Amino acid sequence: MPTHDVILVGGGGAGLRAGIAVAEEHPELSVAVVSKIYPMRSHTVSAEGGAAAVVQPNDTLEDHAYDTISGGDWLADQDAVWAFVNEAPKEMIQLEHYGCPWSREPSGRVATRPFGGMKIERTWFAADKTGFHMLHALFQHSLRYADVVRYDEFFVTDLIVHDGRCWGVIAIEIPTGELHVITGKSVILCTGGAGRIFPFTTNAAVKTGDGMALAYRAGVPLKDMEFVQYHPTGLPGTGILITEASRGEGGIMVNKHGRRYLQDYDLGNAIPVDDERHPQKRTMELGPRDRLSQAFVHELEKGNTTDSEYGPIVHLDVRHLGEAKIDKKIPFVRELCRNYVGIDPVHELIPVRPVVHYLMGGVDTDIDAKTELEGLFAAGECACVSINGANRLGSNSLTELLVFGARAGRNAAKLAKKTKTIPHDELKEQIDATKGRVTSLRQSNGTERIADIRVALQKTMEESAGIYRDEASLQTTVGVIAELKERFEKVKVADKTKIFNTELTAALELGYLLDSAEALAHSALARKESRGSHQRTDHPQRDDDKYLKHSLAYKVEGGAPRIEYKDVVITDWPAGARTYGVQSGLKRDKPAEATAAATPAPSASSDKTES
Amino acid sequence: MAETTKLEVFRYDPDAPPGPDGTREGRFQTYEVPFNKDWVVLDALNYIKDQLDGTLSHRWSCRMGVCGSCGMMVNGAARLTCNAFLREWHPEPIRVEPLTNFPVVRDLVVDMTGFMEKLQAVHPYLIRKEQGKLEDGEYKQLPGELAAYKQFSMCINCLCCYAACPVAGFEENFIGPAALALGHRYNLDSRDDGFAERRDVMFSHDAIWQCTFIGECSEVCPKKVDPAAAIQQAKIEATKDWFLSKILPRAMERTASAPVGPREGGAS
Repeated sequence: MPTHDVILVGGGGAGLRAGIAVAEEHPELSVAVVSKIYPMRSHTVSAEGGAAAVVQPNDTLEDHAYDTISGGDWLADQDAVWAFVNEAPKEMIQLEHYGCPWSREPSGRVATRPFGGMKIERTWFAADKTGFHMLHALFQHSLRYADVVRYDEFFVTDLIVHDGRCWGVIAIEIPTGELHVITGKSVILCTGGAGRIFPFTTNAAVKTGDGMALAYRAGVPLKDMEFVQYHPTGLPGTGILITEASRGEGGIMVNKHGRRYLQDYDLGNAIPVDDERHPQKRTMELGPRDRLSQAFVHELEKGNTTDSEYGPIVHLDVRHLGEAKIDKKIPFVRELCRNYVGIDPVHELIPVRPVVHYLMGGVDTDIDAKTELEGLFAAGECACVSINGANRLGSNSLTELLVFGARAGRNAAKLAKKTKTIPHDELKEQIDATKGRVTSLRQSNGTERIADIRVALQKTMEESAGIYRDEASLQTTVGVIAELKERFEKVKVADKTKIFNTELTAALELGYLLDSAEALAHSALARKESRGSHQRTDHPQRDDDKYLKHSLAYKVEGGAPRIEYKDVVITDWPAGARTYGVQSGLKRDKPAEATAAATPAPSASSDKTES
Repeated sequence: MAETTKLEVFRYDPDAPPGPDGTREGRFQTYEVPFNKDWVVLDALNYIKDQLDGTLSHRWSCRMGVCGSCGMMVNGAARLTCNAFLREWHPEPIRVEPLTNFPVVRDLVVDMTGFMEKLQAVHPYLIRKEQGKLEDGEYKQLPGELAAYKQFSMCINCLCCYAACPVAGFEENFIGPAALALGHRYNLDSRDDGFAERRDVMFSHDAIWQCTFIGECSEVCPKKVDPAAAIQQAKIEATKDWFLSKILPRAMERTASAPVGPREGGAS
């Protein structure tokens, strides 16, 4: 059986950055990248807008930290956020040195753009294919290291856990169907999120919560799983993302009356698009994603949305940017709109609606990317450090991949170096049991269709765990999930062959989705307050006394998960009001009162810029 | 039943017993799926997989034209199936096959390990004479210098260009359009000093000189990378390089012996 020092599960941004960190800093160690798809297919590739790091002379680390913490409704751990903002600029330069084609200023320096919830332009970008360029730069850079051994199209079915420690993974080699045991001294989970729990998502097919479920099954808690980010601008029907950069460059959101409706939701004044102050940071279209998505629901209730064949929509208007700027700064937006909704944003409005985009929650890790289980680490969307709190700011996740991917790599290497031997003989029992389970799944004569269970899961999650939630619907959903898990015991895998059996992997992915969804729904049910992206109509207020805490969902065999809580780390800013618009800004020392309510009424002139 | 469309999908089961002549053959299986004007071929394949026949295997992921997984032959042309709409052919049937010029693993899945080796061979990463320090900040690059290679950096490795390339069809060792374009992308990068290190592979018999400039690769490229242009530019560079080596042999020695980046692993 192959053995390595460090095993990465997943070959996206976080995994590759971790692998490179090990290869560069500890060239004597061997690294395995075990990924169910070729690494350059990973979902990092779809990120569009950019990656945040302080680089402008008039920006400060403190501002980035404050924007992140207030954007996360004070649920982020502030020590982790400080580590993040401190290391972010160095990581971004490192990626430039790896060859990433960042967009440039005329001076030859890296260019930055504004993003939602950020006080200043601090988003590095490569036009609007930032994730694509970052992933390919990392992947291509990784090709120079012979000690980074790739296991392409290997699907991990289990972690090998013995005596309270993780010793590797068991994986199906998809092209042959053979099961392999790959042992290692450290394992890093970097499998991304689980957006496919929901029916309408920007997430790729591969985002099925694999790493989250693997950790959960191994007894590691999933943290803050109730926090699900809806991105305010997805294309109806497909859920394809229209990047926030379109608003960062000056795009505006309008309802069916042509009104910039965000001004009605404490997000500040609608400054005309031809005013040089537009777009104003931390204001209106550059408010945080949770607040923008919630505003959509209110517009829907008021009858201000437009009906389309794929449900209610509002519009994103970028026409005033002009063709030249659109082609230079957001060309992919134009390409996606032309291909998938048949409109040209140079001349037409883009139909959009909120879409599930990102899970703030994930595998509970500390600031060093370590989990509770010795030998197991996690980084990227599949992990929850937490820097994102109750709502992630746009352009922090790509940076998070780099900062915490590198941290995970270094700490996993450190542990591997001090671990002398792997107790191979003692792992045999678990390995045999797993092999039996996978073989029997392929040979089973189940009756429940994979797609039926998956569709039922997605339906109940959308009904209860969407932008607004309440006790009754979440209660229903946890019951439905329990039923679906029972049905999953009888899942049908019609394909009995071994070579490239994607029905078998789809069944295993469904199992991961069900476990991730279980943790999510129960965590949402238990949090009886509204904070960031978790909005309970039956508990509309934030409750810092009870819930300024991270939830931890522990798997309980055959029953509902156990939900525990742990304190948020607060070093600088006590929980305060989240304000956007005129009153927003840095309030370092004094926790603000509810200034949002004092935001001035919309100005009458604001609508004149609409056509 | 509402309006439907027919898909003739290539099926190949490597586990199936061989025929009388000892070989296994593929076959076409016809499926009838609902017609939806907004559906792409990939949606139809996923419908088949979910509702009609779980044994069909195909690769896909982002379904927004950027991950590069779902390249297939659609009515004879190499396409990303996530961006090939049923309405382009409806009501005519649509024939879906694996990318040509690659060994088939199963059904619509091709073996791409050969491509991965070719990609690695062109050393697709920045090679520097001197590694910059992080504290000194980014390497400067003017917008014009970025523009010089940007187009060739847009390759999503979907392999449609290999399926379209007549040379790749009969020369298995041909490095091919995507990998050559990426090698050229780094040669053009103002931050890179790796020209000499890539010379042996890029300018070898199996590389740019195999290309007969038919340009099919650029025709089918869903990202408009224009690998044909990259290869023709590289031919000019190679020719200049060759002349330079004849008239200024010492200059060539200098480039060839220049120290290169942190190639600790010795990737082949």
